[in-house]
Amino acid sequence: MSIINRRTLLKTGGTFVAGACLPLTNIRLAFADQSQDFTFAYISDSHIQHIKGTKFVRNWDQGLKRAVAEANLMSPKPDFVMYGGDLAQLGTREELDHGFEIMSALKHKTHYVMGEHDYYADLGEYWSSQVGKQYYSFDHKGVHIIVLNSILTDDHWTHERWANGTERMGVMAGLDDPRGSPFMVGAAQRKWLANDLKDISKDTPIIVFSHSPLQKLFKNWNFWTDDAELVQAILQPFDSVTVFYGHVHQIQYNQIGNITFHSVMATAWPWPYPESYAQAENHMPHLTVPINRADPFFERDATGWQYVDINSGKATVKFSLTENEPRTVSYDAKRGHPVDTKYVSRSKPPQNHY
Amino acid sequence: MMKKIFSITAIVLFFSIQTAFAEPLGLPPVPIPADNPQSKAKIALGEKLFNDPRFSSTGDVSCATCHDAAKGFADGPLKTSEGIKGLTGTRNAPTVLNAAYMKSQFWDGREPDLEGQSKGPFINPVEMGLENHEPILTLVRADRTYWKMFRKVFGLKKKEALTMDHVAKAIASFERTIISGDSPFDHYYFTNDKAAMTPAAVRGFNVFLEQGRCVSCHTVSQTHALFTDSRFHNLNVNFNSISGGVKALARRQQQDKADGVDLDVSILTDKAVAELGRFVVTGQWRDIGAFKTPTLRNVDLTAPYMHDGSIKTLEDVVDFYNNGGVVKAGDPVNSFQSGGIRPLGLSDTQKADLVAFLKMLTSPLN
Ligand SMILES: [Fe+2]
Ligand SMILES: [Fe+2]
Repeated sequence: MSIINRRTLLKTGGTFVAGACLPLTNIRLAFADQSQDFTFAYISDSHIQHIKGTKFVRNWDQGLKRAVAEANLMSPKPDFVMYGGDLAQLGTREELDHGFEIMSALKHKTHYVMGEHDYYADLGEYWSSQVGKQYYSFDHKGVHIIVLNSILTDDHWTHERWANGTERMGVMAGLDDPRGSPFMVGAAQRKWLANDLKDISKDTPIIVFSHSPLQKLFKNWNFWTDDAELVQAILQPFDSVTVFYGHVHQIQYNQIGNITFHSVMATAWPWPYPESYAQAENHMPHLTVPINRADPFFERDATGWQYVDINSGKATVKFSLTENEPRTVSYDAKRGHPVDTKYVSRSKPPQNHY
Repeated sequence: MMKKIFSITAIVLFFSIQTAFAEPLGLPPVPIPADNPQSKAKIALGEKLFNDPRFSSTGDVSCATCHDAAKGFADGPLKTSEGIKGLTGTRNAPTVLNAAYMKSQFWDGREPDLEGQSKGPFINPVEMGLENHEPILTLVRADRTYWKMFRKVFGLKKKEALTMDHVAKAIASFERTIISGDSPFDHYYFTNDKAAMTPAAVRGFNVFLEQGRCVSCHTVSQTHALFTDSRFHNLNVNFNSISGGVKALARRQQQDKADGVDLDVSILTDKAVAELGRFVVTGQWRDIGAFKTPTLRNVDLTAPYMHDGSIKTLEDVVDFYNNGGVVKAGDPVNSFQSGGIRPLGLSDTQKADLVAFLKMLTSPLN
């Protein structure tokens, strides 16, 4: 039985499908120059973990594979994919190679950000040999894009304290390990950044990618960048700056002056939400105990990836969450800060005291 | 001994009586929608409609053809259901038993309730094959017995007032009586009758709860057991048949849907579209290749298994899960597979025990 004539439908049907297969830029700001609009995909924190031989932790593999498969379904194609760091768990060549191999199934151009799990085994040597520079900038459709390596720390901790790279990596890999050290961008990169921005006009939209938040959220878990204020000061003179960071494995958004902050989800596992930043003793759970989940079957619960629409330099972040409803965090021009379009409490202002 | 083949009259009588009084052991109260309360007369009308083959274009297919009481309200050993003129669809007939508890209907949940579900097959080209619902209404308005029943049940004054919604409500009412609990498992678990299950089945229940991870989706609660989470999962059953062209396929399907092509039709006539599972309903990536968790009650009666009926026996189903969602151990899985499906490392004894347990979920004939 002939049901439909698909060709006829497609030819005559000007119907616009707003389904997930054709994610479309749907929030346009007034006076937007559409030549500046674009979409990119963002995958982060896969923590590919080597067991031995050819064996890797299946769950982390599947998380990244799923994100790659979903990103490949995007139509129209994203302009590029950003990988947000922590591709590996312990920064070994095996883990990085395995991660790059899964990533190679992506049909889009890919850029990488350095995560601490990629770095501390050999101070980024193997990662750099495969990816290239650890910090760099490029221009895309009128937007100036900067990638920073924000997970550095002081020389003494890096070079003097550990018997070898494996030990150093092991300490930094423990999110709450008290022997760890706060992340920083560092003087050299800050100088490079100031210089990079020297000739950029103040009305050029700026997008910055880092692995750690370029703001101070929770020091004990390194949801933190120690020289955040200094980096922010370099960025603040620009009219519109958006910072994307990984590392926190949860959805966060914030506005400080002209800088909008967005975190991205991990494909591996979620972290719980730290209550607040406190120098004093606090009662956050020790992460040596597994996270208590409502439903342990859903191993992909609270993990996912995201794609980002940029309109006139402002971001709309669309989270694709495997076991949850999709979420959208979008810059609200009236309020002057990002909002979760569905879940935000309308009465609560964003935090701005850090 | 439990009898596995029931007579239609006997089983219907049993289930109807159950609903009129209390739920069988192991089941919660049947959810009844406020706008379609149960009544004896309505249930009887629904039963008559359910078994009447005149509502098909060829006059020989009824709801009961694919939901046969003698086969656990399914149609084994068919892999996928057979409608008019021997035409086959793409899905294994899900049992009507306890469908009343499902939070959505069909393998992809495309209908929210039994009322919505019941209207679909009449006008599906590979099921009952009617062009539209008109012939059904013409028939029940003209038939003296039907008209009498409809008039009484719904308080109708004029024949024109009889609509397809009345037909659907009656069928749904009847289906809400097709519930089954009171299995050996229920006696073991809810009345603490330790002798109700064999030792192998008791060991198998433990596998079900622990190493087998079955209970994560086939849920058991403190007071009742529906053996389904009413959610959707990509198990990798037959997904690899489309995994080469998901993007083009998904886009084509979403475009067809936007153009008004009936979902029922595209799902049951297009094998590739059918494999997209829940995605065709929601258009969301997370639902690609995901199908609703079926109940496990009476699972011994409803072979073959999975959404496409591709697995013949319970032993094979257990092997499939034990291998992490593949028939042959070591075969690749698709990138959209649900996170919880992974190799289980069950021994042969554990697998046999698990099957023994599944056979304890068969409800007896009173
Ligand atoms: Fe991470
Ligand atoms: Fe990190």
